[in-house]
Amino acid sequence: MGEDIDTRKINHSFLRDHNYVTEADIISTVEFNQTGELLATGDKGGRVVIFQREPESKNEPHCQGEYNVYSTFQSHEPEFDYLKSLEIEEKINKIRWLPQHNAAHFLLSTNDKTIKLWKVSERDKRPEGYNLKDEEGRLKGLSTVTSLQVPVLMPVDLMVEVSPRRIFANAHTYHVNSISVNSDCETYMSADDLRINLWHLGITDRSFNIVDIKPANMEELTEVITAAEFHPDHCNLFVYSSSKGTLRLCDMRASALCDQHSKLFEEPEDPSNRSFFSEIISSISDVKFSHSGRYLLTRDYLTANVWDLNMENKPIETYQVHDYLRSKLCSLYENDCIFDKFECAWNGTDSVIMTGAYNNFFRMFDRNTKRDVTLEASRESSKPRAVLKPRRVCTGGKRRKDDISVDSLDFTKKILHTAWHPAENIIAIAATNNLYIFQDKVNSEMH
Amino acid sequence: MFPKGTKRKFSDGEEIPDENPADIKVMSSYNLQRQSLLDMSLIKLQLCHMLVEPNLCRSVLIANTVRQIQEEMTQDGSWTIMAEALNSNQSPSDRLVATEILCRPSPKDQDEEKPFSDISYEGCDSVSCHSEEVVDDSLCEPSSEAPTYLPSSIGTWDKEDQKENSEEESEEDSKPEEQVFGTFEIKNPTATPDPALDELFSDVDTSYYDLDTMLTGMQSSPKMGPYDLLDSLSSHSPSSISSNSGCRPDLNELDHIMEIIVGS
Repeated sequence: MGEDIDTRKINHSFLRDHNYVTEADIISTVEFNQTGELLATGDKGGRVVIFQREPESKNEPHCQGEYNVYSTFQSHEPEFDYLKSLEIEEKINKIRWLPQHNAAHFLLSTNDKTIKLWKVSERDKRPEGYNLKDEEGRLKGLSTVTSLQVPVLMPVDLMVEVSPRRIFANAHTYHVNSISVNSDCETYMSADDLRINLWHLGITDRSFNIVDIKPANMEELTEVITAAEFHPDHCNLFVYSSSKGTLRLCDMRASALCDQHSKLFEEPEDPSNRSFFSEIISSISDVKFSHSGRYLLTRDYLTANVWDLNMENKPIETYQVHDYLRSKLCSLYENDCIFDKFECAWNGTDSVIMTGAYNNFFRMFDRNTKRDVTLEASRESSKPRAVLKPRRVCTGGKRRKDDISVDSLDFTKKILHTAWHPAENIIAIAATNNLYIFQDKVNSEMH
Repeated sequence: MFPKGTKRKFSDGEEIPDENPADIKVMSSYNLQRQSLLDMSLIKLQLCHMLVEPNLCRSVLIANTVRQIQEEMTQDGSWTIMAEALNSNQSPSDRLVATEILCRPSPKDQDEEKPFSDISYEGCDSVSCHSEEVVDDSLCEPSSEAPTYLPSSIGTWDKEDQKENSEEESEEDSKPEEQVFGTFEIKNPTATPDPALDELFSDVDTSYYDLDTMLTGMQSSPKMGPYDLLDSLSSHSPSSISSNSGCRPDLNELDHIMEIIVGS
């Protein structure tokens, strides 16, 4: 699939210093809003940067639909837990947009412990011509008012105001890994390693615990929650994944505490592939409902799987993301890369899935044609408006020109966070501290 | 009694009986790799970031890996061999020192809440302390005891849930110094005046851990924390699994013994 790129503008505006990477600039989450007009990124330094898509103009067709910085704000600050003498990182783990109901936009952002609701609103007009105040805002003496005027709204430069509206704190002992807004637009859930809590967006001083997998004796702990998401349409259903490679679909109508799953999705282990690392690579790092609500997309270390909600015993599709790493698992265990949590994404029509890999590669799999492509997100290999060249990793055997060998992959360059525009073929790729936005100009309509 | 620090030779051809030389070599390699994996996993669990809470998912996965290795070793009898070897081949004074430094009084006394007090540095040290201690104990005791293992690193997470256990706090206040001191002893073996401990470490022949040509793969520098002891024991590096083994010198002895047993 041909892709045009307009990345230069974004990169320069977002990047601080491309000679070295400051830890605080590492992007930790990427999320489009429901219309795709806004794109939010969170970073390790607790900042949120929101990009807005420029409306397409007939005068400059090439500039249509570019994303520019809309607002930047500090969402979370580092904290210190005095009781445990431990730092609480300000890194933004997840951002989720609320569906828009009025002119303002709302998003939830979370670090390890605290979730915050932010209101993003625009101000581009200012009332002028008050009767009782002069232009500097000082009160006028009443005797000087001789006539009445109706204040008029005068246009001013656009100002984007961001303010925290709610702070949902002190509900998580363990690290929050997921938040998900319910389709009822009133509640949302937050999941940490062992528990999932249900909140009302308007109430910050209490939440309901709906899943608790903490064993009575912590020494018996063998499984943690890795991701959780609400069903896009059914407000009573949600799914959560575990470090043992299982998915559990829960129905909140069944009971207040959803420790009993309604459905358990688990693929039986392949005995021929068994090794000491089998469990680790089966740990699910991300789970996403399809837009239709019929399918689930999961990512474990080496594969991406599509599950049908109606079939629990195995996924309907399995895609090998980087199977050439299977023989390197021991080294990847040693340098901790085996614990990297890759995210995954659906396109708007649920026909293509996307996920990241190493060496700044990311992969797309077309579910219908069964074709797949490996692309690279890096400034060296992409010029503005150039078409991305498909990449290949060779595993010995015949080596073509421009192939990368497995041993020369850079494991420090990992693409963990990706997002797909809800309606168009526009993707956002976070590569360490760089954000790449790729658009498919040729096929902007989704199939 | 095997002299300490003698360089082990990996299966001299003449000594192996003719029936399954290839099999035994393969098995030894597998055991070696498995042992390295075990050592690496234990080190990963011990190292913790002092400032930020460790990743629970990662800790659980590593702990499960260790448990899995341990179960397999129990099944094929290597675990009991290790345990017996440890019992029979260490002089009493060595054992005494090791126990004092590494172990808490008794693992059975410990409830879930006990070792995991609210003091963070203590929590971290109790991780290293506890996991080493459990290894020690599980090696001493018959294999049925062995499975209760490990997640002291997970246990550190439990601190917040024990706010009510105020009575434990007074006990634990007296322990930290001991434990911190205990782990510092491990980190700085030369600082200790204990002659048995010196003797234990002084004769370790680091050349044993040089790369065995039979094993292939990547060799990378392992991430190591501030454990001088592990540095002094040097790298045990089969190339595909690079790790600093020898969480404790006892395990090196056991490797030595295991090689002899498996190789013969």
